[in-house]
Amino acid sequence: MVTSITSFGRSGLYDWMVQRVTAVVLVAYAVFMIFYLAFGDELTFEQWKGLFDGTAMRIFTLLALLSMAAHAWIGLWSVSTDYIKPTGARFLFQSVCGLLTFIYVVWGIQILWGI
Amino acid sequence: MLVSVYRYNPETDDAPYMQDIHIDIPGGKDIMVLDLLQLLKDKDPSMAYRRSCREGVCGSDGMNMNGKNGLACITPLSAVVEKDKLVLRPLPGLPVVRDLVVDMGQFYKQYEKIKPFLINDTPAPAIERLQSPEERAELDGLYECILCACCSTACPSFWWNPDKFVGPSGLLQAYRFLADSRDTATRERLAELDDPFSVFRCHGIMNCVSVCPKGLNPTKAIGKIRNMLLQQAT
Repeated sequence: MVTSITSFGRSGLYDWMVQRVTAVVLVAYAVFMIFYLAFGDELTFEQWKGLFDGTAMRIFTLLALLSMAAHAWIGLWSVSTDYIKPTGARFLFQSVCGLLTFIYVVWGIQILWGI
Repeated sequence: MLVSVYRYNPETDDAPYMQDIHIDIPGGKDIMVLDLLQLLKDKDPSMAYRRSCREGVCGSDGMNMNGKNGLACITPLSAVVEKDKLVLRPLPGLPVVRDLVVDMGQFYKQYEKIKPFLINDTPAPAIERLQSPEERAELDGLYECILCACCSTACPSFWWNPDKFVGPSGLLQAYRFLADSRDTATRERLAELDDPFSVFRCHGIMNCVSVCPKGLNPTKAIGKIRNMLLQQAT
Protein backbone atom coordinates (compact mmCIF):
# COMPACT_ATOMS: atom_id res chain seq x y z
CA MET A 1 0.00 0.00 0.00
CA VAL A 2 1.44 3.33 -1.11
CA THR A 3 0.30 6.31 0.97
CA SER A 4 -0.60 9.53 -0.81
CA ILE A 5 -2.44 12.47 0.69
CA THR A 6 -2.74 14.73 -2.34
CA SER A 7 -4.74 12.42 -4.60
CA PHE A 8 -8.46 13.11 -5.04
CA GLY A 9 -9.91 10.42 -2.80
CA ARG A 10 -6.83 8.67 -1.34
CA SER A 11 -8.06 5.35 -2.74
CA GLY A 12 -6.94 4.34 -6.21
CA LEU A 13 -10.24 2.62 -6.86
CA TYR A 14 -12.23 5.70 -5.86
CA ASP A 15 -10.18 7.98 -8.12
CA TRP A 16 -10.50 5.49 -10.97
CA MET A 17 -14.27 5.30 -10.53
CA VAL A 18 -14.68 9.09 -10.31
CA GLN A 19 -12.52 9.48 -13.43
CA ARG A 20 -14.81 7.11 -15.39
CA VAL A 21 -18.13 8.50 -14.14
CA THR A 22 -17.09 12.12 -14.75
CA ALA A 23 -15.89 11.14 -18.23
CA VAL A 24 -19.38 9.85 -19.05
CA VAL A 25 -20.95 13.09 -17.81
CA LEU A 26 -18.52 15.15 -19.90
CA VAL A 27 -19.23 13.08 -23.00
CA ALA A 28 -22.98 13.49 -22.48
CA TYR A 29 -22.60 17.27 -22.06
CA ALA A 30 -20.32 17.57 -25.07
CA VAL A 31 -22.63 15.51 -27.28
CA PHE A 32 -25.64 17.55 -26.15
CA MET A 33 -23.84 20.83 -26.88
CA ILE A 34 -22.60 19.69 -30.29
CA PHE A 35 -26.09 18.55 -31.29
CA TYR A 36 -27.70 21.72 -29.94
CA LEU A 37 -25.31 23.99 -31.81
CA ALA A 38 -25.11 21.95 -35.01
CA PHE A 39 -28.73 20.94 -35.49
CA GLY A 40 -30.66 23.67 -33.64
CA ASP A 41 -32.15 26.71 -35.32
CA GLU A 42 -30.10 29.81 -36.01
CA LEU A 43 -28.77 30.74 -32.58
CA THR A 44 -29.96 34.00 -31.11
CA PHE A 45 -29.04 35.66 -27.82
CA GLU A 46 -32.54 35.08 -26.42
CA GLN A 47 -32.48 31.44 -27.32
CA TRP A 48 -29.03 30.91 -25.79
CA LYS A 49 -30.09 32.77 -22.63
CA GLY A 50 -33.34 30.80 -22.51
CA LEU A 51 -31.40 27.54 -22.63
CA PHE A 52 -29.42 28.41 -19.51
CA ASP A 53 -32.43 29.91 -17.71
CA GLY A 54 -33.94 26.48 -17.21
CA THR A 55 -33.17 24.68 -13.94
CA ALA A 56 -32.49 21.39 -15.73
CA MET A 57 -29.80 22.98 -17.91
CA ARG A 58 -28.25 24.64 -14.89
CA ILE A 59 -28.11 21.33 -13.05
CA PHE A 60 -26.62 19.63 -16.11
CA THR A 61 -24.05 22.39 -16.59
CA LEU A 62 -23.07 22.46 -12.91
CA LEU A 63 -22.71 18.69 -12.99
CA ALA A 64 -20.46 18.98 -16.05
CA LEU A 65 -18.47 21.75 -14.40
CA LEU A 66 -17.88 19.77 -11.20
CA SER A 67 -17.13 16.67 -13.26
CA MET A 68 -14.52 18.57 -15.20
CA ALA A 69 -12.95 19.84 -11.98
CA ALA A 70 -12.68 16.34 -10.49
CA HIS A 71 -11.61 14.78 -13.78
CA ALA A 72 -8.92 17.41 -14.34
CA TRP A 73 -7.61 17.13 -10.80
CA ILE A 74 -7.22 13.34 -10.98
CA GLY A 75 -5.58 13.56 -14.39
CA LEU A 76 -3.19 16.38 -13.57
CA TRP A 77 -2.34 14.81 -10.22
CA SER A 78 -1.33 11.65 -12.10
CA VAL A 79 0.75 13.67 -14.55
CA SER A 80 2.47 15.53 -11.70
CA THR A 81 3.33 12.33 -9.81
CA ASP A 82 4.69 10.77 -13.02
CA TYR A 83 6.84 13.57 -14.32
CA ILE A 84 7.68 16.01 -11.52
CA LYS A 85 10.08 14.32 -9.15
CA PRO A 86 11.22 17.13 -6.77
CA THR A 87 8.61 17.26 -4.00
CA GLY A 88 8.58 21.08 -3.78
CA ALA A 89 7.99 21.57 -7.49
CA ARG A 90 5.36 18.85 -7.55
CA PHE A 91 3.47 20.33 -4.60
CA LEU A 92 3.64 23.79 -6.21
CA PHE A 93 2.25 22.40 -9.49
CA GLN A 94 -0.54 20.61 -7.61
CA SER A 95 -1.34 23.75 -5.61
CA VAL A 96 -1.59 25.86 -8.77
CA CYS A 97 -3.83 23.22 -10.39
CA GLY A 98 -6.02 23.06 -7.28
CA LEU A 99 -6.33 26.83 -7.04
CA LEU A 100 -7.13 27.22 -10.74
CA THR A 101 -9.73 24.47 -10.55
CA PHE A 102 -11.38 26.13 -7.56
CA ILE A 103 -11.38 29.51 -9.33
CA TYR A 104 -12.98 28.00 -12.44
CA VAL A 105 -15.69 26.29 -10.38
CA VAL A 106 -16.62 29.46 -8.47
CA TRP A 107 -16.40 31.57 -11.61
CA GLY A 108 -18.50 29.05 -13.52
CA ILE A 109 -21.22 29.06 -10.87
CA GLN A 110 -21.21 32.85 -10.86
CA ILE A 111 -21.67 32.95 -14.65
CA LEU A 112 -24.30 30.23 -14.60
CA TRP A 113 -26.47 31.92 -11.98
CA GLY A 114 -25.67 35.44 -13.15
CA ILE A 115 -27.49 35.10 -16.45
CA MET B 1 25.87 -7.16 -40.46
CA LEU B 2 26.23 -4.19 -38.11
CA VAL B 3 25.56 -4.63 -34.40
CA SER B 4 25.40 -1.60 -32.16
CA VAL B 5 25.80 -2.60 -28.51
CA TYR B 6 25.33 -0.55 -25.36
CA ARG B 7 28.59 -0.66 -23.43
CA TYR B 8 29.24 0.56 -19.93
CA ASN B 9 31.82 -0.50 -17.43
CA PRO B 10 31.47 1.74 -14.37
CA GLU B 11 35.05 1.00 -13.34
CA THR B 12 36.63 2.37 -16.51
CA ASP B 13 33.99 4.38 -18.42
CA ASP B 14 32.76 7.84 -17.46
CA ALA B 15 29.54 7.34 -19.37
CA PRO B 16 27.78 4.60 -21.34
CA TYR B 17 28.38 4.55 -25.12
CA MET B 18 27.21 2.57 -28.15
CA GLN B 19 29.83 0.34 -29.76
CA ASP B 20 29.42 -0.48 -33.45
CA ILE B 21 30.69 -3.92 -34.42
CA HIS B 22 30.66 -5.44 -37.92
CA ILE B 23 30.22 -9.15 -37.79
CA ASP B 24 29.79 -11.95 -40.31
CA ILE B 25 26.86 -14.20 -39.52
CA PRO B 26 27.40 -17.86 -40.40
CA GLY B 27 24.98 -18.80 -43.16
CA GLY B 28 22.69 -21.78 -43.35
CA LYS B 29 20.50 -21.12 -40.35
CA ASP B 30 18.62 -18.35 -38.60
CA ILE B 31 20.60 -17.91 -35.38
CA MET B 32 19.21 -16.40 -32.19
CA VAL B 33 20.30 -13.04 -30.78
CA LEU B 34 21.95 -14.93 -27.91
CA ASP B 35 24.12 -16.85 -30.42
CA LEU B 36 25.10 -13.50 -31.91
CA LEU B 37 26.09 -12.26 -28.45
CA GLN B 38 28.31 -15.30 -28.04
CA LEU B 39 30.00 -14.45 -31.35
CA LEU B 40 30.53 -10.91 -30.08
CA LYS B 41 31.91 -12.23 -26.80
CA ASP B 42 34.35 -14.46 -28.69
CA LYS B 43 35.69 -11.29 -30.31
CA ASP B 44 35.63 -9.21 -27.13
CA PRO B 45 35.49 -11.22 -23.88
CA SER B 46 34.82 -8.08 -21.83
CA MET B 47 31.23 -7.96 -23.11
CA ALA B 48 28.79 -8.66 -20.25
CA TYR B 49 25.29 -10.11 -20.46
CA ARG B 50 23.21 -12.60 -18.47
CA ARG B 51 22.19 -15.99 -19.81
CA SER B 52 21.47 -19.42 -18.49
CA CYS B 53 19.01 -21.89 -20.00
CA ARG B 54 19.19 -20.54 -23.60
CA GLU B 55 15.64 -21.78 -24.27
CA GLY B 56 13.31 -19.11 -22.91
CA VAL B 57 12.67 -20.69 -19.55
CA CYS B 58 14.99 -18.99 -17.05
CA GLY B 59 14.32 -15.37 -18.06
CA SER B 60 17.95 -14.24 -17.66
CA ASP B 61 18.63 -12.68 -21.04
CA GLY B 62 15.84 -10.13 -21.30
CA MET B 63 17.12 -7.14 -23.27
CA ASN B 64 16.07 -4.44 -25.68
CA MET B 65 16.59 -5.52 -29.30
CA ASN B 66 16.01 -2.87 -31.98
CA GLY B 67 13.75 -1.03 -29.56
CA LYS B 68 11.66 -3.95 -28.33
CA ASN B 69 12.19 -5.97 -25.16
CA GLY B 70 12.48 -9.72 -25.44
CA LEU B 71 14.55 -12.77 -24.60
CA ALA B 72 17.70 -12.96 -26.71
CA CYS B 73 17.74 -16.77 -26.63
CA ILE B 74 14.38 -17.23 -28.36
CA THR B 75 14.49 -14.24 -30.70
CA PRO B 76 15.82 -15.18 -34.14
CA LEU B 77 17.82 -12.52 -35.98
CA SER B 78 15.27 -12.62 -38.81
CA ALA B 79 12.61 -11.34 -36.40
CA VAL B 80 14.48 -8.24 -35.21
CA VAL B 81 17.22 -7.23 -37.65
CA GLU B 82 16.26 -4.29 -39.83
CA LYS B 83 18.35 -3.13 -42.79
CA ASP B 84 21.18 -5.44 -41.70
CA LYS B 85 21.46 -3.59 -38.38
CA LEU B 86 20.71 -4.61 -34.80
CA VAL B 87 20.80 -2.30 -31.79
CA LEU B 88 21.17 -4.05 -28.44
CA ARG B 89 20.48 -2.19 -25.22
CA PRO B 90 19.87 -3.29 -21.63
CA LEU B 91 16.27 -3.43 -20.37
CA PRO B 92 15.12 0.21 -20.10
CA GLY B 93 14.42 1.91 -16.80
CA LEU B 94 16.58 -0.21 -14.51
CA PRO B 95 20.07 0.81 -13.33
CA VAL B 96 22.83 -0.69 -15.48
CA VAL B 97 25.40 -2.80 -13.66
CA ARG B 98 27.55 -3.33 -16.73
CA ASP B 99 26.88 -3.48 -20.51
CA LEU B 100 23.61 -5.43 -20.93
CA VAL B 101 23.34 -6.44 -17.27
CA VAL B 102 20.80 -4.49 -15.20
CA ASP B 103 20.15 -4.31 -11.48
CA MET B 104 16.80 -6.06 -11.02
CA GLY B 105 16.49 -5.03 -7.33
CA GLN B 106 13.57 -2.64 -7.82
CA PHE B 107 11.72 -5.22 -9.92
CA TYR B 108 12.10 -7.95 -7.30
CA LYS B 109 11.07 -5.56 -4.53
CA GLN B 110 7.72 -5.09 -6.25
CA TYR B 111 7.40 -8.84 -6.67
CA GLU B 112 8.08 -9.30 -2.96
CA LYS B 113 5.40 -6.73 -2.12
CA ILE B 114 2.56 -8.81 -3.56
CA LYS B 115 3.46 -11.78 -1.33
CA PRO B 116 4.08 -14.32 -4.09
CA PHE B 117 3.16 -17.40 -2.06
CA LEU B 118 -0.02 -19.15 -1.01
CA ILE B 119 -1.53 -17.90 2.21
CA ASN B 120 -4.01 -20.25 3.81
CA ASP B 121 -5.02 -20.01 7.45
CA THR B 122 -7.13 -23.17 7.52
CA PRO B 123 -5.58 -26.34 9.01
CA ALA B 124 -3.45 -28.20 6.47
CA PRO B 125 -5.05 -31.43 5.22
CA ALA B 126 -3.24 -34.75 5.61
CA ILE B 127 -2.04 -34.93 2.03
CA GLU B 128 -2.65 -31.83 -0.07
CA ARG B 129 -5.09 -29.03 -0.80
CA LEU B 130 -7.13 -30.16 -3.77
CA GLN B 131 -8.35 -28.08 -6.68
CA SER B 132 -10.95 -28.97 -9.26
CA PRO B 133 -9.75 -28.90 -12.89
CA GLU B 134 -11.80 -25.69 -13.35
CA GLU B 135 -10.15 -24.01 -10.38
CA ARG B 136 -6.76 -25.05 -11.67
CA ALA B 137 -7.62 -23.68 -15.12
CA GLU B 138 -8.05 -20.23 -13.54
CA LEU B 139 -4.28 -20.11 -13.12
CA ASP B 140 -3.50 -20.69 -16.79
CA GLY B 141 -1.90 -17.66 -18.39
CA LEU B 142 -0.69 -16.51 -14.95
CA TYR B 143 1.64 -19.14 -13.51
CA GLU B 144 3.79 -19.28 -16.67
CA CYS B 145 5.50 -15.96 -15.90
CA ILE B 146 9.29 -16.40 -15.65
CA LEU B 147 10.03 -12.96 -14.17
CA CYS B 148 12.26 -11.86 -17.06
CA ALA B 149 11.15 -8.22 -16.51
CA CYS B 150 10.58 -7.58 -20.23
CA CYS B 151 7.05 -6.33 -19.49
CA SER B 152 7.70 -4.10 -16.48
CA THR B 153 10.69 -2.44 -18.15
CA ALA B 154 8.57 -1.73 -21.26
CA CYS B 155 6.00 0.09 -19.12
CA PRO B 156 6.27 3.91 -18.83
CA SER B 157 4.29 3.85 -15.57
CA PHE B 158 6.97 1.55 -14.14
CA TRP B 159 9.73 3.80 -15.50
CA TRP B 160 8.32 6.87 -13.71
CA ASN B 161 7.36 5.16 -10.45
CA PRO B 162 9.30 1.90 -10.07
CA ASP B 163 9.11 2.24 -6.29
CA LYS B 164 5.33 2.74 -6.14
CA PHE B 165 3.72 1.05 -9.15
CA VAL B 166 3.87 -2.74 -8.82
CA GLY B 167 4.27 -3.13 -12.57
CA PRO B 168 2.73 -5.61 -15.02
CA SER B 169 4.82 -8.57 -13.92
CA GLY B 170 4.11 -8.11 -10.20
CA LEU B 171 0.41 -7.54 -10.88
CA LEU B 172 0.13 -10.65 -13.05
CA GLN B 173 1.58 -12.55 -10.09
CA ALA B 174 -0.72 -10.72 -7.67
CA TYR B 175 -3.71 -11.92 -9.66
CA ARG B 176 -2.23 -15.41 -9.85
CA PHE B 177 -2.63 -15.64 -6.06
CA LEU B 178 -5.93 -13.76 -5.95
CA ALA B 179 -7.35 -16.25 -8.44
CA ASP B 180 -6.04 -19.30 -6.59
CA SER B 181 -8.86 -21.25 -4.91
CA ARG B 182 -6.45 -22.40 -2.19
CA ASP B 183 -5.54 -18.89 -1.08
CA THR B 184 -7.57 -17.36 1.76
CA ALA B 185 -5.94 -13.92 1.97
CA THR B 186 -7.93 -12.32 -0.88
CA ARG B 187 -9.24 -9.47 1.27
CA GLU B 188 -5.82 -8.58 2.68
CA ARG B 189 -4.20 -8.80 -0.74
CA LEU B 190 -6.80 -6.49 -2.27
CA ALA B 191 -6.51 -4.02 0.62
CA GLU B 192 -2.77 -3.74 -0.09
CA LEU B 193 -3.45 -2.82 -3.72
CA ASP B 194 -6.15 -0.17 -3.32
CA ASP B 195 -4.06 2.99 -3.53
CA PRO B 196 -3.54 5.39 -6.45
CA PHE B 197 -0.21 3.78 -7.46
CA SER B 198 0.07 0.01 -6.97
CA VAL B 199 -2.55 -1.03 -9.55
CA PHE B 200 -4.15 2.16 -10.78
CA ARG B 201 -1.04 3.67 -12.33
CA CYS B 202 -1.71 1.23 -15.17
CA HIS B 203 -3.26 3.18 -18.05
CA GLY B 204 -3.78 0.12 -20.19
CA ILE B 205 -1.35 0.92 -23.01
CA MET B 206 -0.53 -2.80 -23.25
CA ASN B 207 3.22 -2.51 -23.93
CA CYS B 208 3.51 -5.43 -21.51
CA VAL B 209 1.31 -7.61 -23.68
CA SER B 210 3.16 -6.78 -26.86
CA VAL B 211 6.59 -7.67 -25.44
CA CYS B 212 5.87 -10.69 -23.20
CA PRO B 213 8.04 -13.53 -24.56
CA LYS B 214 5.68 -16.08 -23.02
CA GLY B 215 2.61 -14.58 -24.68
CA LEU B 216 0.94 -13.65 -21.38
CA ASN B 217 -1.49 -10.79 -20.83
CA PRO B 218 -0.76 -8.68 -17.72
CA THR B 219 -3.24 -5.98 -18.79
CA LYS B 220 -6.06 -8.52 -18.61
CA ALA B 221 -4.92 -9.64 -15.15
CA ILE B 222 -4.80 -6.00 -14.00
CA GLY B 223 -8.36 -5.55 -15.29
CA LYS B 224 -9.45 -8.56 -13.25
CA ILE B 225 -7.81 -7.17 -10.09
CA ARG B 226 -9.66 -3.91 -10.72
CA ASN B 227 -12.93 -5.78 -11.08
CA MET B 228 -12.30 -7.66 -7.83
CA LEU B 229 -11.60 -4.36 -6.03
CA LEU B 230 -14.73 -2.88 -7.58
CA GLN B 231 -16.94 -5.81 -6.60
CA GLN B 232 -15.68 -5.67 -3.05
CA ALA B 233 -16.17 -1.93 -2.70
CA THR B 234 -19.48 -1.19 -4.40
